[in-house]
Amino acid sequence: MATSSVSKGCFVFKPNFKKRKISVPIEEYFNEGKNESEDSKLRFETYQMIWQQMKSETEQMQEELNKNLFDSLIKFLQKSHSGFQKNSRDWGCQIKLREIPTAALILGVNVTDHEFTFRSLTEAVQNNVTPYVVSLQARDCPDMKHFLQKLFSQLMDCRVDVESKEEEKDIQKKTHCSMDSLSSWYMNVTQTDPGKPRKKRTSSQWPSPPVVLILKDMESFTTKVLQDFIIISSQHLHEFPLILIFGIATSPVIIHRLLPHAVSSMLCIEIFQSLSCKEHLTTVIDKLLLTTQFPFKLSEKVLQILTSIFLYYDFSIQNFIKGLQLSLLEHFYSQPLSVLCCNLPEAKRRIHFLSDNQCENIRRLASFRRYVEKQATEKQVALLTNERFLKEETQSLLESLHVYHTNYFLVLRCLHQFTSSLPKYPLGRQIRELYCTCLEKNIWDSEEYASALQLLRMLAKDELMTILQKCFSVLKSSSEKHLGSTEKRIEELLAQLQSLDAEVKEEEDASGSQSKGLQKTDLYHLQKSLLEMKELRRTGKKQTKFEVLREKVVNFIDCLVREYLLPPETQPLHEVVYFTAAHTLHEHLNAAPRMALHTALNNPYYYLKNEALKSEEGCIPNVAPDICIAYKLHLECSRLINLVDWSEAFATVVTAAEKTDANSITSEERNDIIHARFIRAVSELELLGFVKPTKQKTDHVARLTWGGC
Amino acid sequence: MPHVENVVLCRESQVSTLQSLFGERHHFSFPSIFIYGHTASGKTYVTQTLLKTLELPHVFVNCVECFTLRLLLEQILNRLNYLSSSEDGCSTQITCDTFNDFVRLFKQITKAKSLKDQTVYIVLDKAEYLRDMEANILPGFLRLQELTDRNVTVIFLSEIIWEKFRPNTGCFEPFVLYFPDYSIGNLQKILSHDHPPEYSADFYAAYINILLGVFYTVCRDLKELRHLAVLNFPKYCEPVVKGEAGERDTRKLWRNIEPHLKKAMQTVYLREISSSQWEKLQKDDTDPGQLEGLSAYTHVELPYYSKFILIAAYLASYNPSRTDKRFFLKHHGKIKKTNFLKKHEKTSNHLLGPKLFPLDRLLAILYSIVDSRVAPTANIFSQITSLVTLQLLTLVGHDDQLDGPKYKCTVSLDFIRAIARTVNFDIIKYLYDFL
Repeated sequence: MATSSVSKGCFVFKPNFKKRKISVPIEEYFNEGKNESEDSKLRFETYQMIWQQMKSETEQMQEELNKNLFDSLIKFLQKSHSGFQKNSRDWGCQIKLREIPTAALILGVNVTDHEFTFRSLTEAVQNNVTPYVVSLQARDCPDMKHFLQKLFSQLMDCRVDVESKEEEKDIQKKTHCSMDSLSSWYMNVTQTDPGKPRKKRTSSQWPSPPVVLILKDMESFTTKVLQDFIIISSQHLHEFPLILIFGIATSPVIIHRLLPHAVSSMLCIEIFQSLSCKEHLTTVIDKLLLTTQFPFKLSEKVLQILTSIFLYYDFSIQNFIKGLQLSLLEHFYSQPLSVLCCNLPEAKRRIHFLSDNQCENIRRLASFRRYVEKQATEKQVALLTNERFLKEETQSLLESLHVYHTNYFLVLRCLHQFTSSLPKYPLGRQIRELYCTCLEKNIWDSEEYASALQLLRMLAKDELMTILQKCFSVLKSSSEKHLGSTEKRIEELLAQLQSLDAEVKEEEDASGSQSKGLQKTDLYHLQKSLLEMKELRRTGKKQTKFEVLREKVVNFIDCLVREYLLPPETQPLHEVVYFTAAHTLHEHLNAAPRMALHTALNNPYYYLKNEALKSEEGCIPNVAPDICIAYKLHLECSRLINLVDWSEAFATVVTAAEKTDANSITSEERNDIIHARFIRAVSELELLGFVKPTKQKTDHVARLTWGGC
Repeated sequence: MPHVENVVLCRESQVSTLQSLFGERHHFSFPSIFIYGHTASGKTYVTQTLLKTLELPHVFVNCVECFTLRLLLEQILNRLNYLSSSEDGCSTQITCDTFNDFVRLFKQITKAKSLKDQTVYIVLDKAEYLRDMEANILPGFLRLQELTDRNVTVIFLSEIIWEKFRPNTGCFEPFVLYFPDYSIGNLQKILSHDHPPEYSADFYAAYINILLGVFYTVCRDLKELRHLAVLNFPKYCEPVVKGEAGERDTRKLWRNIEPHLKKAMQTVYLREISSSQWEKLQKDDTDPGQLEGLSAYTHVELPYYSKFILIAAYLASYNPSRTDKRFFLKHHGKIKKTNFLKKHEKTSNHLLGPKLFPLDRLLAILYSIVDSRVAPTANIFSQITSLVTLQLLTLVGHDDQLDGPKYKCTVSLDFIRAIARTVNFDIIKYLYDFL
């Protein structure tokens, strides 16, 4: 930018905001470089709608999950200062140490999720206990002064009435924030308030509501600040009813590690544990994916990526949901037919308005082509040429896809009931593992499934009955009755099992040894009993009635699985609702900065897409950017790099490129330029953290990375 | 003053020393008095009651609260101002930033009639905090009488001996007064003093006797003992209330309370469970074993790779780096085992504590201990950072981020073994100390 000034110096240019405000509406991004005919706008709207639904569902779910914790916490908060309210003249209360009530809230290591929990906790406390809720973070409080300042200013914001705020701000500025001024402020507020009509907040029934201080990340607070604060506030406790809430990510032992006994003896600590994040994940998957409520589905690979990022890296529900949102967005962005990914009646309506282009898209779907090939010749022709016929067929296909999903999840849940209690969990303990296997392939082909069935054949009667009952309730809970006959069948089986009762008793008396194998045991004993049973069978011993029935049950569930748990690839039009681009997701969610940097420097063509940069593996294109050349050369060096050698090599590579137009400048000048370019490349590498100057050897730099050659 | 003896027990000699130091109201007293003694040895209590009962003009300031110089000085001045102008009631906030101002303002205030012609006492509780403030504060307060030319005495209360205070530039030496710890007899006497009105003094004294028998070996803190006495007293009275035993039936009462007190020593005293929880347990008469204390929750759930990062960090912290080759290279050549195992360092690394290691070493170890291939993704790096915020690792010397940050692993062996067990990694096999 130019200035009218003659002198050299720094000038501040304020950016011109008006110019920048030409923003593209978000939905425009959807049809970038694509035909208008592919309903991009509609797709975007559908995406937004589904995402809104999912979001509200998750929020509601999180609220429910936190409810227990919050209830007990609020109960604790309410009763903890009751002594203060009563102003008791009891003998004990006068002598006893006044301890600061403290709730140690164990939240697990998924720090990213805590923010949400604290926000809803603050809301809950404000609604139920006290308007004075303050939450502090360690990075805001490097020392006592900042700690109290933050506390003070946030407390002021808690006040309901706005008029007095201004005055208070002044007070705050004048008086240095100290505990003294805080408690006198508190006295003022609580004593004058009952006189004034209180706005809203019916919560503060007490004359002096406690002040709740939430320390969000207990681990990061410095010992000194925390210690001093606790000492000070315990001295002021009788006039400033404080309650602490420690947000602990690891374990409560940290309290003892941070605070000496003299200080921790001023606290009255109770522990509250939040739900484990793995359970949380199970509920999220259960509510968002294992349901027909949302038409959008994830393929096996995508689900695997999302869960493995969760389990391997961060334990963060927030990130999992973000990943889900990304896949949803990506699906609607990249798949033109995703316009049909909505609830069934709406999809049927939309089919009528599909353009010719979209019809072509349907015909191009792999699953649809497979479906067409199976049809009779006339139908094939009609499907491929007649748009109307195609649309009708698509409608029915979508409907059957919906039915498929309904049945799929019911049967999946039933199967999970069967397999989740088996020893060693051959098909996984969580339903998500089972779901992944089922999505991936025909589950009945896997060895695990066979072994699971084998184990099922050894179940005792009461176990079998409880499982069947659970299955029955699963089937009953669904509103759609595609599996009505199955429900009846289970009922029958249950009744048969019950009627067996009397007979079984007689049997047991007759052959006491038999029942031994039916009990739940560990794997070793199981195998042993299996062998025993085989032998028994070989010797020609007749099966008991129960065994016959059990065989029936196992066969029954096996049939169910084979009929309904087909992998989604077998279904025509599955591309409409399944998001499969696992690679994109992986790239976005699990970024590898080091690898990207290496690729950029090692193979500049990858990012620059310049044909001249295309090169074979291992050799250095001499037209590559200087830094790439320097980088490649440095890969061949050991830990210490001789700068002179490096510069020589650099010059050789570079001059090879410039041989043609070398005549124009004198060689000396050219050498200078090359030298400058080299120096710049090296300093760029230093900035990127690949090399650093060293004092071990003159004219050498040290490599900070290893490998490469 | 027979009055003081009734409220201050077992501190007769200290009280008389102080009284003689204070002298008559208009007498100049010693410029500064330094009182020290262990926690809960009655320093604050004695000084406060003495000043109050003698109705001497005094200001009592706790130095923990005044974390800046300004707060400290303003608090002293404002309270003095309040003392001097208590009749008129008008008081304006005084602002004072430096000790120089303080001396000037102090002179002004003490001109007032009510403070004239008598010694003004400034008591600085928790005086050890003064050492962290500006260097001129402590010497300044020590010779405040001289600086202001007023009849003033500064009393310092601290748990630390005077030698630890003395600035190396030298200063005015205060009068040092030591408050020794209470003996068991003293404790008995003081604790029995505040018996509940419903029961006789003898009954309570017997209880205190039992309590001291259990707790005296671990705790001599009067405050803590008083707290424990109150907490457990209802349990002691239980047989009496129920009518199972009389007040004189000490043997029976002892048998009832003794196991209970021992349990209290393991739980409430250590703050494993809170006092309110303890009281509730007493009321419900349940076994305190059911309630899990703080240290029962040692288990920390971590993501899969975080566990390995932590294990790698532990190995990097406790193994000398030259042994890495032996542990993590598949073909580490022919290093003679006997030769190699000869420990150069006689002491075990676990006794020396964790050592620094650079990020690259951590990653290299991580790659070799994880079975599957781990890419150095952003997630891995952010995991390392979040382990630092969880205080499981510490970042040392973080001034040079680009140049490979250095870390230390701060978890204990037991902790890391528990973590390693969950991922089926035999960490002992990889630790040089256990070779």
